[in-house]
Amino acid sequence: MSDVTVGILGAGKVGTVLGRLLLAAGYRVLIAGSGPVSRIELTIEVLVPGAVTATADVVARESDIVVLALPLGKYRSIPRSQLEGKLVIDAMNYWWEIDGIRDDLDDPRVSTSEIIQDFLPTSRVVKAFNHVGYHDLDAGPRPAGSVDRTAIGIAGDDDAGLARVAQLVDAVGFDPVPIGSLRDSISLQPGSSLFGANFTADAVRTAIDDFPATPRGQLVAATRAHESGGVADD
Amino acid sequence: MSAVPFELGLNTFGDVPTENGRTFTDAETVRLIVEEAKLAEAVGLDVFSVGEHYREGFVDSAGAVILAGIASVTDRIRLGTAVTVLSTNDPVRLYNEFSTLDALSGGRAQLVLGRASQTQSFPLFGYDLADYEALFEEKLELFMRLQRESPITWSGTVRAPLVDVTLHPTMRAGGIPTWIGVGGSPNSVIRAAQYGLPLMLAIIGGEPERFAGHVDLYFRALEQFGKPLQPVGQHSLGLVADTDDEAAETWWTSWKPMIEMMGKERGFYPPTRERYQSELLTGALFVGSPETVAQKIARMVRELRISRFDLKYDVPGLSRSARAHSIELLGTVVAPRVREILAEESVNV
Ligand SMILES: NC(=O)c1ccc[n+]([C@@H]2O[C@H](COP(=O)([O-])OP(=O)(O)OC[C@H]3O[C@@H](n4cnc5c(N)ncnc54)[C@H](OP(=O)(O)O)[C@@H]3O)[C@@H](O)[C@H]2O)c1
Repeated sequence: MSDVTVGILGAGKVGTVLGRLLLAAGYRVLIAGSGPVSRIELTIEVLVPGAVTATADVVARESDIVVLALPLGKYRSIPRSQLEGKLVIDAMNYWWEIDGIRDDLDDPRVSTSEIIQDFLPTSRVVKAFNHVGYHDLDAGPRPAGSVDRTAIGIAGDDDAGLARVAQLVDAVGFDPVPIGSLRDSISLQPGSSLFGANFTADAVRTAIDDFPATPRGQLVAATRAHESGGVADD
Repeated sequence: MSAVPFELGLNTFGDVPTENGRTFTDAETVRLIVEEAKLAEAVGLDVFSVGEHYREGFVDSAGAVILAGIASVTDRIRLGTAVTVLSTNDPVRLYNEFSTLDALSGGRAQLVLGRASQTQSFPLFGYDLADYEALFEEKLELFMRLQRESPITWSGTVRAPLVDVTLHPTMRAGGIPTWIGVGGSPNSVIRAAQYGLPLMLAIIGGEPERFAGHVDLYFRALEQFGKPLQPVGQHSLGLVADTDDEAAETWWTSWKPMIEMMGKERGFYPPTRERYQSELLTGALFVGSPETVAQKIARMVRELRISRFDLKYDVPGLSRSARAHSIELLGTVVAPRVREILAEESVNV
């Protein structure tokens, strides 16, 4: 039993699955939706028994680690003052069918986790859990060492935060694969060959190595080179 | 559970088929759907439902019109949607279309309201995808009131106000069966229960058993809202053929290009053949011989407490003959076999 409290912002498909996984791994779990606690009480009682419901403010304030599992398009509603100095796991993706068409979230020059880090300047943001579908997360946890263990690519700029998230990913049943900085986390986003895939650690590493050569990787490199005034290398 | 008769239905998105390598025209496809619905009735299936899409390869954009065509050449099969994208429909127009369909078909009309997995209707009709939830919420409230009270006075943000309005033709008393389609969001499950409406689970990937929690949640929520018990249904994709191998091979040939195209549009990784095989075995694809598919449907009845199963039998490019054979097998072999398995189980319990 861990004495670490993990808070989840978002009580939807991903939030409820992660809640179950974290509880099974022995964490204390707090969870919030966007509205009043009463709206998610029954959902959590049935789908995530053992988790404690609270408002987003309280969840953010009372937790050691906070997982963002809400629609990315709503990131400005995240209670940022409650997250000062905290370790924040960003599981969000730009999904135009939910978020609407948002050019600001679909810019190949910036990863969406960099946008979140900018919004939460004093928090330590680590990208994790975003590239595996929620039903694979639900069905996928395996003990360490299992040959078919699903891997989760993680990315961040803070080594201690990355190490802690790696430990958490492992504890809930997946192989953590550090893939680089928040800037690099664009290779975990929609459009990459990792996105939606259910891969083992080796396959995740291969996909990351291959990313620059993919059309998406080339687009990212070209727009970023242009931005920095450099020349795109081909 | 045995008190509720088990229903087996078909869903189509109006996927354009092929025949001997030739792709059907849109018009031919529309006419084929009507023929397939006739076949579905002839082989004893219970419900035939049409989706709502606005893109190449799918001809179900005017579902009520297709259903009206089917109504006039069938007698018994019930006629529904899978799903109606309520957020971008006008609830008044929807009422008019479905009260008319219900009149025309002698009381066989029904609906599933939800969010389709495709979203082209939003830009097409001038809606913002980001408003999806608010639109659905307000339009559902209006649509249910339209079905339950008349005359009605209503005002809101999604359409012109209604002052003492009675719509015609009037709907049968209490309205037509109206299901809520959900894709995994617990909030949508709660909403269906709040309105006391039956729940249609769209299970199109992963292990269907993972929805058992949602079904628990639904029944618990009905209880909490003081609503009477309602049925739960399941919508999934698949194909029945003479053997497992034939079904797996035929479906893969047409399904693979479609899922690859969707992956490109949304930025996700298309499934490998290996992954496809596991979808057949333990996942959400109902592809196989009649026995395989019957066993799998019966398992869903057990695990998810469903009393209705709708198979989406088409995928773009699938041959007309494979579709027809699948419908035949579903009605003549799978349906009786599922009922047989369920009857055996209820005796053994
Ligand atoms: N679906 C997947 O397979 C998958 C996989 C990996 C990552 N993701 C990402 O994970 C995120 C959540 O996706 P989902 O599929 O779980 O969506 P979902 O089922 O729609 O759930 C979203 C949840 O976020 C809540 N929410 C909205 N604003 C909030 C706020 N300010 N504070 C707290 N909660 C808030 C919503 O509550 P209300 O209903 O009360 O507004 C809802 O409970 C998205 O960014 C998505 O891209 C999804």
